[in-house]
Amino acid sequence: MREVIIIGSGPAGFTAGIYTARAGLKPLLIASSVEPGGELMKTTEVENYPGFPNGLQGPELMAAFQEQAERFGTEVLLDDVTEVSLQGDVKIVKTGGGETFEAKTVILATGAAYRELGLPKEKEFSGYGVSWCATCDGFFFREKTIAVIGGGDSAMEEAIFLTRFASKVYLIHRRDSFKASKIMQERALNNPKIEVIWNTEVAELLGETRLTGIKMKDTVTGAEKDLELDGLFIAIGNDPRVWLVENQLELTPEKFIKVEGRSSKTSIPGVFAAGDVIDPTYRQAITAAGSGCVAALDAEHYLQDVK
Amino acid sequence: MSAKNVTTSTFQADVLSSDKPVVVDFWAEWCGPCRAVSPILDEIASEHADKITVVKVNVDEEPGLAQQYGITSIPAMYVFQNAEVSKVIIGAKPKPALLEDLKSFIA
Repeated sequence: MREVIIIGSGPAGFTAGIYTARAGLKPLLIASSVEPGGELMKTTEVENYPGFPNGLQGPELMAAFQEQAERFGTEVLLDDVTEVSLQGDVKIVKTGGGETFEAKTVILATGAAYRELGLPKEKEFSGYGVSWCATCDGFFFREKTIAVIGGGDSAMEEAIFLTRFASKVYLIHRRDSFKASKIMQERALNNPKIEVIWNTEVAELLGETRLTGIKMKDTVTGAEKDLELDGLFIAIGNDPRVWLVENQLELTPEKFIKVEGRSSKTSIPGVFAAGDVIDPTYRQAITAAGSGCVAALDAEHYLQDVK
Repeated sequence: MSAKNVTTSTFQADVLSSDKPVVVDFWAEWCGPCRAVSPILDEIASEHADKITVVKVNVDEEPGLAQQYGITSIPAMYVFQNAEVSKVIIGAKPKPALLEDLKSFIA
């Protein structure tokens, strides 16, 4: 039986790996088979992670996190957790690759998954004009007209990044102001290729076999209007990934894993949670990393007590 | 075994004229999910070498092929059978999900 299993490979997961490995707990970190590294793998320049004054690429930062975790003995498994059983002193974790692991503690750092608009044809058009990843798909929209939906930092970043390829980028937001950081807002607003459409939401995706445009709805007047587009990038936020544990752990009303105060302690002893899966508010790489450290220390104390 | 790289000039011979179904993996160096799914496809290819072939198209080097098949998102895995696209898989997926998507070709 293992001391610690960490589920998730973003800043929270790898920081928990670094700390528990340095505590001699030989953690197993299950990173996922196709999305190791988490949300930062889809970003480009990370400018706000302390310690890197000139910024660096998201994937570069995550490679460094992993290297540091492995240096102290974190075992990284590229597989997907399909089932967990958390009650009792022995926690059981099963993977898509068919393996079953047992551990005294589990740290959940499963992060958050992008939110969908919830419109008909959204899934069908995914890969046919509708995208959630500007860094992956921007390349295919050279000299095209596209729109980004959203008002946070990731929407600003996507819109600015997409101006490298597209000839025109509409930035569509349902309110009359952005919640993005000031520096990102200014960059977006000052970019000549970006045109902001305020107080507007997407009412319908248009097109037969692929996206050809959207029907927009004014959130103040209710007036509708069509907009021709080659591509639509959705950046309206994320929802915590809790499906593995939602029937076993207490959740908050917003469906985040509930933890005790500033700790990482969930409703089951020996089960800890960290990063975006517990955080409805801050959701930064640095806060996730701090939260992963908290979970590692909580797990370490728990293991000392049960010995 | 790592998949063969296919270009515009070899597409006819390697994909369209193949007697086995061919999974064409449209990818790029800068695409993280592509790099994650690539070794999984290689595994599937070697485990089912008698049934399917997996080849790769680098969209940076072959933008014409990507455009011809209307690719707007990668990784995109197009399965060609008798010179026609018979299945499209978009986005990186875990091995069990890919095997499920490909089951009619490898059964």
